[in-house]
Amino acid sequence: MRNPLRSEEVAFRFLGVVIVGAAVIIGAAFINTWLGVAVAIAAFGALARWLMKEPVPGAADQSPVLSSGTPPGTHRVLVVAPPGTGASAVRVPDGSEALVVVPAVAATVESLTGAVDDRRSEAEQTAEALQSHLPDARVEVGADDPALAVEDALRVFGADEVLVIGDDELVQAIRARVAIPVSGA
Amino acid sequence: MSAAAHAEAHEHHGPPAPHYSSRIKPETLGMYLFIASEIMLFGSFFTAYFFVRIVNGTPWPTPPYHLPVFVATINTFILMTSSATMHWATVSIKRGNVWGMRAGLLLTFLMGLAFLTSQLFEYMRAGFNTSNGAFPTIFFCLTGLHGCHVFVGLSILAFMTIRAFRGHFSAEHHHGVEIGGIYWHFVDVMWIVVFTTVYIL
Repeated sequence: MRNPLRSEEVAFRFLGVVIVGAAVIIGAAFINTWLGVAVAIAAFGALARWLMKEPVPGAADQSPVLSSGTPPGTHRVLVVAPPGTGASAVRVPDGSEALVVVPAVAATVESLTGAVDDRRSEAEQTAEALQSHLPDARVEVGADDPALAVEDALRVFGADEVLVIGDDELVQAIRARVAIPVSGA
Repeated sequence: MSAAAHAEAHEHHGPPAPHYSSRIKPETLGMYLFIASEIMLFGSFFTAYFFVRIVNGTPWPTPPYHLPVFVATINTFILMTSSATMHWATVSIKRGNVWGMRAGLLLTFLMGLAFLTSQLFEYMRAGFNTSNGAFPTIFFCLTGLHGCHVFVGLSILAFMTIRAFRGHFSAEHHHGVEIGGIYWHFVDVMWIVVFTTVYIL
């Protein structure tokens, strides 16, 4: 969508469009009131069409795929464990540094309305249980979207691979967003 | 740590640069949100206007009153010209012409002041007031609301002009002029709508 106030220059041009539009409506209204109404409706329609014509800048761009790096001699693993995951389901490869992320998975309506407190509380309980089971690993609660939680985690924790405890759909969703090996655990 | 990394670490002071997920600068986004709230405010006043005039069927202007269309037309030209000088000021500073910007801002301020003064005189000579019914009430509310916005715009312009004469803006840094300009053009767009609906149609 076009932003008629994107800059001073664009706003000035928009003012010109409004002046011309108003002049046309006034001219039509002086000829006949209903003609003025018709022209006003047409002018507003044309304005709306013009505003909608330009796509949102960057909307069609591919979102960047995150890559990650680790210091030499270390092997780092990012584990995605949805809420409710049992401690026995999380297996960290021997000799690896691990960050376990528990995304506070929420329904679409809950995400949109921000009513994610309960989901976050569940994720925190899972994280506490996992932390007691994996004292050498770091366990954190992540965003309500698992893929987003992985992206957030990779920004602060360079990992060699991502292990996902979940179904294939979840693995595929995360694989599409990162450029390091992602596998189901 | 290498020497280059050391140098880089010493050059940087304070917290890291903020990460903005939006592509819009926070100051500009703030102005957009402000303008969006203003559009809603004007929308509520226009709703009242259309209700009184069309739904309620009140004659416009209610006899025996008359609207000072000629003065308002002159005022419209003044305000449109002030938008042109505002644009001139922005273009000037983008090209590094500081005196062009100063002249543009000063002229814009003076024309805005002339508009507001003229409107005050128009009010004093209108021959009606808000106790005379729905028509004068809506007239004063709509034009008064716009007048308030012109006053706010003048205040912003005053700050911009003072800053311009103090040498605060340059070809590279003129965000203050840009944002003020957007607001001033918005005020002018609203006047076109007010003038067309209240005075002309």
